[in-house]
This record gives sequence, C-alpha cells and structure tokens, in this order.
Amino acid sequence: MTTLTHPPRTASPPARPRRTAGDGKWRRRIPLLPALVFTVVVTQLPFVATLVISTFEWNILKPGNRHFVGLANFKFVFTDERLRTAVLNTVVLTASVVLISVLLGLGLAMLLDRRFAGRGLARTLLIAPFLVMPVAAALLWKHAIYNPDYGLLNGTLNAVYRLFGADNGPTVDWISSYPMPAVVVSLVWQWTPFMMLILLAGLQAQPGDVLEAARVDGASAMATFRHITLPHLRQYIELGILLGTIYVVQTFDAVYTITQGGPGSQTTNLPYEIYLTMFRKYEYGQAAAAGVVVVLGSIVIATFALRTIASLFREEVSR
Amino acid sequence: MRTRRTLHLLATSAAAGSLLVGCSGAGGSSGSDGGGKTINVLMVGNPQMEDIAKLTESTFTKDTGIKVKFTILPENELRDKVTQDVATQAGQYDVATIGAYEVPIWEKNGWLHELSSYADQDTAFDKGDLLKPIVTSLSGSDGKLYALPFYGESSMLMYNKDVMAAKGITVPEHPTWPQIADIAAKVDGAEPGMRGICLRGLAGWGELGATLTTVVNTYGGTWFTKDWKAEVDSPAFKKATNFYVDLVREHGQAGAAQSGFTECLNAMSQKKAAMWYDATSAAGSLEDAKTSKIAGHVGYAYAPTVETKSSGWLWSWAWAMPKTTKKADAASKFMLWASGKEYEKLVGEKLGWSRVPAGKRASTYALPEYSKAAGSFGDITLKSIEAADPANPGVQPRPTVGVQYVAIPEFQDLGTKVTQEISAAIAGKTTVDKALKDGQKLAEDVAETYQK
Repeated sequence: MTTLTHPPRTASPPARPRRTAGDGKWRRRIPLLPALVFTVVVTQLPFVATLVISTFEWNILKPGNRHFVGLANFKFVFTDERLRTAVLNTVVLTASVVLISVLLGLGLAMLLDRRFAGRGLARTLLIAPFLVMPVAAALLWKHAIYNPDYGLLNGTLNAVYRLFGADNGPTVDWISSYPMPAVVVSLVWQWTPFMMLILLAGLQAQPGDVLEAARVDGASAMATFRHITLPHLRQYIELGILLGTIYVVQTFDAVYTITQGGPGSQTTNLPYEIYLTMFRKYEYGQAAAAGVVVVLGSIVIATFALRTIASLFREEVSR
Repeated sequence: MRTRRTLHLLATSAAAGSLLVGCSGAGGSSGSDGGGKTINVLMVGNPQMEDIAKLTESTFTKDTGIKVKFTILPENELRDKVTQDVATQAGQYDVATIGAYEVPIWEKNGWLHELSSYADQDTAFDKGDLLKPIVTSLSGSDGKLYALPFYGESSMLMYNKDVMAAKGITVPEHPTWPQIADIAAKVDGAEPGMRGICLRGLAGWGELGATLTTVVNTYGGTWFTKDWKAEVDSPAFKKATNFYVDLVREHGQAGAAQSGFTECLNAMSQKKAAMWYDATSAAGSLEDAKTSKIAGHVGYAYAPTVETKSSGWLWSWAWAMPKTTKKADAASKFMLWASGKEYEKLVGEKLGWSRVPAGKRASTYALPEYSKAAGSFGDITLKSIEAADPANPGVQPRPTVGVQYVAIPEFQDLGTKVTQEISAAIAGKTTVDKALKDGQKLAEDVAETYQK
C-alpha cells in the first residue's frame, strides 16, 4: 500500500527534506535529553569510573602513590589464591542455594496449587522469609538458631536428649563446624519463597483441559507430573534459577553477619572478599578490578536470564 | 548519523561536566556557612560517646555558643567512613574519634592537625596530667600530640570470685599464662554449662588479633623485627599461638571461633565462663547489676605474662582534627572540653561516677568519688595503662609503636587475614602451623615494602 506514495528514488536525493526530518526528530527528543543524561550518569559513569580505577595502583592509606599500572590488578585478581578460593566458594554457595531452594520451592508450589482451607494464610506465611531484610534474617539465624549456648538448634537437641533421660545433649558449634551449610541453609530459607512464587505462577498458568485429558486417559499423578507439568514448568524453573543466581552471587549480608567469611576463608565469597580489599586493605585498584570481573560474569548470566524471559514471552504469545 | 553521534558526545560530556561541577560544589561548600559556630563530629557508638552527645547541648553549647552536630557509627563503619573522609580530603568532619592505631599512620600522611599548641595554651586542660603511655601512643614522630584522648584502656584478667572460692583457688595478682591454663582446667564445668575461660576467637585485627598479640609479645614473639623481618612463623610466635589455641579449644567458651568482645562479655556476665582476659573497660559492664549476674562478685588480676614484666595492651579513643577543617578554633575548644577534667566531673555528677570516661588522666584516680565507684578495678586499670609500653611491648625492639597491633596501614589487612586462619584453627578446620605458614607469606609481602 505504500509503494504508490513513495517518491521515486533518485541517485542523489535532495538534501533539504532529509535534514528537516532529522531536525524534527531531534526537536521531539530534546525534552527527553535530561532523562537520557541522568540515566547515563547514574548507570554508566560509575562503571566507567570503576574501569578506570581498576587500572590504577591506588591505596588510599598511602597518598601520593597513585599511578597507572595497566592490567596488573587483573593479573592479581586471576592469580591471587584467596580470590580463587572466593570464586570457588561463590560457585558452591550460589549453586547449592539456588538448586535446593528451587526443589523446595517446587514442592511448596505443588502443595499450594491445591485448594484447601486457609490457603491464602499459608501462602502469606510462606512468603514471609523473603520479605525479611537480609541482615535481620542473618542475625536471626546467627543468634536465635545457631548459637551454641542459647540457639534453638542446640536447645531442641538438648530437649530431645533429656526426653530420653540424658542430662544434657551435645553442644554443637554449628557455625564453626559446618560454616558453609550454615550460610546455605539461612539463604535457602530466604530464597525458597521466591522460587515458590515463580513456580506457583507457572503451575497456575497450566491449561486445565490438558490435565483433565490426562486424567481421563488414566495417567497416574506421577506420570502427569513428569510428562506434562514438568515440561510446562521448565522455563519457569530456568527463570527462577537464573534470577536466583544473579542475586545469590551477590550475597553479602549472610556471609558478613553469620561467619565473617570464616573460619579461615571457608565461606569468603567474592562480594565479601571485595569488601575486605576495599575496607581492610584499602586497595581501590584491586577491588575495582575484582568488581569488573564480577560484573562481566554477571552479564553473562544475565544474558541467559534475559533470553529465557524472552522465550517465555514468545511461548505465551504463540499459544 | 553524524548529528546523532555529535549529540551523544554532547550528552556524555555534559554529564561528565555536571559531575565535576557537582564535586567542586560539594568540596567548596563545606565551611562556607562560616563563623565557626557549628562543627561536625564523627564518633564511634560506645556508651561514653553516647553520653557526651547527650550532655553537649546543655553545657558546652550553652557556654560557648558553638553548636555540635554528632554522627555516631558502630566501630567498623566508623573506621570505613572516617578513613575515606580523611584520606580523600572530603572534609566533611571537623572532629573525628580515631584510635591509637590510626594516629601515627595518619600523622605521617599529613592528614591531621597537631594539637599540642592548643593543649599547651589552655592551662585548665593540664596536659601534664595525661597518662604518659597514652600521650606516647597519640603523638606523632615529632613528639607533638595529634589526638586528644577521650578515654583509655589496657587489658586484664577478670574472674568469677565465687567459683574460685568454691574450688579453693587463689588467683595471683600477677598471674602467668601457664598458671591461668591450670586454673582454667580446674574450674572448667564448675557450674552447669560453665567453661574455664573466655578468650576472643573471632577473626579480625582488633578482635582475636588484639588479645593474641599481647600473648605473642609476652611469649617473646613479634610480628616484625626492628629491621622489618617477618616473624609470624618464628618459634616464639608459634608457641604463643599454640598455647592460645589449645587453651581456648580445651577450656574455652562454646562457639569460640565466633566470639569476640561482646560474646565474651555475655558469657562472663551470664556465668558461662569462669575467667575472661580482655579490655579493662569491660569491668564497668560486668559490675552493672542490671545486665550482669556476677556484679559485685568479680575479681581482677593483671594481664598474665610469661617473659615480659607486663603484657596489658594499650588503647585509646581520641579526638582528632583532620587538616581539611575550616573551623579549627571551634573544633579545638570542643576537643579540649571533651578531654578535660571538668567534663569527667560533669559526667560523674550528672550520670554517675562509674560512667566517667577514665583511663587517660592520673587525677581521675585521685577523685574519691571515682575511686569508690571503680572500686576493685580502678587501681589495676591505672597501673596496667602505666605499665604498657607501646614503643617496646615485647622482648625485642620493634619497628613501630603499638602493643596489640603494628602501626602500619597494611596491618588491618594482614591482621584480619592471619587471624582468619587462626580462628579456623580454633574451629578445628586447620592447624596452627598451616595458619602461621600462610601468615608468614603475607607478612613477608608486607615487610618487603619497608625493607630498605
């Protein structure tokens, strides 16, 4: 329908109309410029600054010693033993938290997907851990639950021992004996509700007629779950894993509060190591370089996340 | 296409420009409200500081007309904030509390105003009354004061008198560490859930690092020799650390690797530990019947020793004035008032004598009201502070001042990382040998920059 109205193409198009078109476009865009500038300032400049700082030897406690060192800080980041441990810890922490909370979240979502009296209340209560501030949650776990003297875990253990006639149960020092599991459990407690919400949304988007058809065909509950529900949930699970990964990689509060990265560096993850570099060592260059590496890693994960979300929408549209 | 690119460039440079303008605006505006009538004070959130925040307006501001705006932060956040503010010359604060660790380092960097001239001019301040070790720890290499002490502390042994009496044990006034280990073994389990001793096991240069270093000193060890040789894996350092780790593992508090000052204070005051080696300033809390189950039943002894005559540490929270301040006169008036004798009396009369910020002046201990309130621990505190020698705390000469730390910028990082490993040894996750071998490597890296 447009072919007829198009002006005939010539070898040298008149310059005038094009310029006015461009001017018009920009005139319309000018009011948006402040917003653009603001966005650039708050999102891009800090990162550029970080990039620049990462090429400097800069310890703020030694004034007058700031100088350009090229990629030396990155070399340090990739060769430092502590940072390698931190990367490993971050992977272990993130993977275990995300996988366990997806599994638990899936179970809870399946339960909540059924109708029962008080379902609304149960859902609200189950979401609660996700709404607790991370520092508050970490303090709660450290003191109210893990503390060897007055914590709930040892209290319960002792009560059970007393039931069977013993004087006192064992005093287990949970945080020192099982540092990584201690952090993981507290994070799983926080992140399970998040996974549950996403998977519950997925379950409730499941077409009822398919499930009914399966029932009519005499498929067992297990078979229905394996061959219909799980494939349907796949993208929701992927989304949960990716979003969860992006957030859990950045975990700081739990590590800082519960274990302080210890004992030794057994629970020191990347954000905590960067914090130590920044505020104990005051090596801004090294901290910036480590930060840049983390950002690049996160971008890779985020790209996958965005792709998953995009495919989710494609499926919705095509349906 | 070209116009678009130009505009992009314009937008970016405009943004960068506005940032620069913003920076100079912030830097330029500080101090422009002039007159020196309002000063900004940044301080650590200890009880003594909260007291002064309450008392300032009705007394200091009323008398001088100088308004004081306080920012109070917990210790770790305070360190982060004050270091960045001073190091980047941001100039947000006219006065900040810093500790004995920071003074020599910051003085060398030229970040602090010297304060001797202010203190000398003010006869009522009576500089000669300040305790000598505290003055040494807050002085620069030129012998001038670079911070005025607000209160000072050393370390000592505190014990539950009832438990010792029940077991028929007398704790010597000047114990040795092996004696303390013996006593810890005897009183371990004296009451249900009670352990023999509480010692810091929490990683951190100011936590485990402080108590452990005093033990290392008295066992003949040091972090660095006079000519900057790292000594972390030396026999003396190893012996001290093994002793400390074994003692805390065998007779120490539950959850030792996670407990610092606060946890030990809890354990001691709730009768979960029979002895505790820590700061002299803890006594005030142990004697507070509102929070402590053993108030009035606490015995005190000097810091245990082995090879040295004394081994108590030395710390002081002190007022410093960053060079960036534009209100030096008003700020100095506040500092002199806050560190003065009159302020101590004011606290005693208004809030109670046990809350006096003590440990910095000889005259405090001559006050009859204070001697009565500080009862059993006042004397030991004063003598421990006087006996501490920050320039020479061990058996060999040192490259810097500091009893329980090494006054170099790298020590925050070095101390934190080494104590992380030792804390892991306390938790049974590694051995002392391995921890100190790794620590030695870190210490050698640090030492290298100082060897010339």
